[in-house]
Amino acid sequence: MAKVLVVTSGKGGVGKTTSTAALGAALAQSGESVVVIDFDVGLRNLDLVMGAERRVVFDLINVVQGVAKLQQALIRDKRLENLWLLPASQTRDKDALTDEGVGRIIAELRTKFDWVLCDSPAGIERGAMLAMRYADEAVIITNPEVSSVRDSDRIIGMLDSKTVKAEQGERVTKHVLITRYDPARAARGEMLSIDDILEILATPLLGIIPESQDVLRASNVGSPVTLNNAASAPARAYVDAARRLMGETVDMIVPSERRGLMNRLLGRRAA
Amino acid sequence: MSMNLLRLFSNRKASAPVARERLQILLAHERGLRGQPDLLATLREEILAVVSRHIQLDPEKVTVRLDRGPTVSTLEVDIEVPNGFEQTKVHADRRSGVG
Repeated sequence: MAKVLVVTSGKGGVGKTTSTAALGAALAQSGESVVVIDFDVGLRNLDLVMGAERRVVFDLINVVQGVAKLQQALIRDKRLENLWLLPASQTRDKDALTDEGVGRIIAELRTKFDWVLCDSPAGIERGAMLAMRYADEAVIITNPEVSSVRDSDRIIGMLDSKTVKAEQGERVTKHVLITRYDPARAARGEMLSIDDILEILATPLLGIIPESQDVLRASNVGSPVTLNNAASAPARAYVDAARRLMGETVDMIVPSERRGLMNRLLGRRAA
Repeated sequence: MSMNLLRLFSNRKASAPVARERLQILLAHERGLRGQPDLLATLREEILAVVSRHIQLDPEKVTVRLDRGPTVSTLEVDIEVPNGFEQTKVHADRRSGVG
């Protein structure tokens, strides 16, 4: 049965689009059929991060308004044949998205794919509300930083009240994905710890993605980090997270500090 | 142990515990407000209604502020009224036989 999963956060710049691309690619690589939808109308970027920016013809709003059929708007990934993208509109107003229209599209996508990943825009406005509206599951992207944790808490409150599932008295299954985790700073007590974040948000952990140059490098070349450098630490963390989404039990790896020469000489321990 | 030494030398306190404590206090409060109508907006509206029964007011000049302290909080209502306000509404209303 198809699963609709929203990747959300409230706060901007925490890694929603990067994570949507990476999780989508990881799920597709393990044989699932996946569509990723960009809900950030007017500021689309998922196409760019996935390297499909030059192949966008129709978009989500064209489909909502009946200008294009779903099949015309879906873009197949160049690397993975079971990974598809439904881009956001770059020119239209975000008010062109309607609850009814989004519901219709999600319902249709449910019949064609195993996973429907909705990349939410930042904020708590219409686009963000519609991205989570029909979700069965949610991945809440959180940075180890006060403003991000506060916004995640707010979004968790909305997932529990404003979604179709919540209105039917059911629950959206929620997971926290911690991104941009810097083990060295965490060890020095300069960054909220994983335990702090989980205790505050009271939501299970899906994975910990370390801060890494590989993430930027992947987006530079338009490739999900899981495909661009599969051996890198963030790629492995995303693959593990995707396996957990598929119901597997995978040991959680807490990124540890890489010890440089100076650290070794000073006998500093990794956390 | 080595981490504590490191902190000693760097002469800096870990800031993460402060972040954690601030968040816990803030979120406990914000979660309580969720789904409630905006308290400040309601207060402002009702105070405005009561006062303007007697004094002609510019709604723009009414400020309601809530300051949350660790043990007590203060509610501050700041209403700017024009000089000679006693003469304005009530008296005008009396003269016209409304008040």
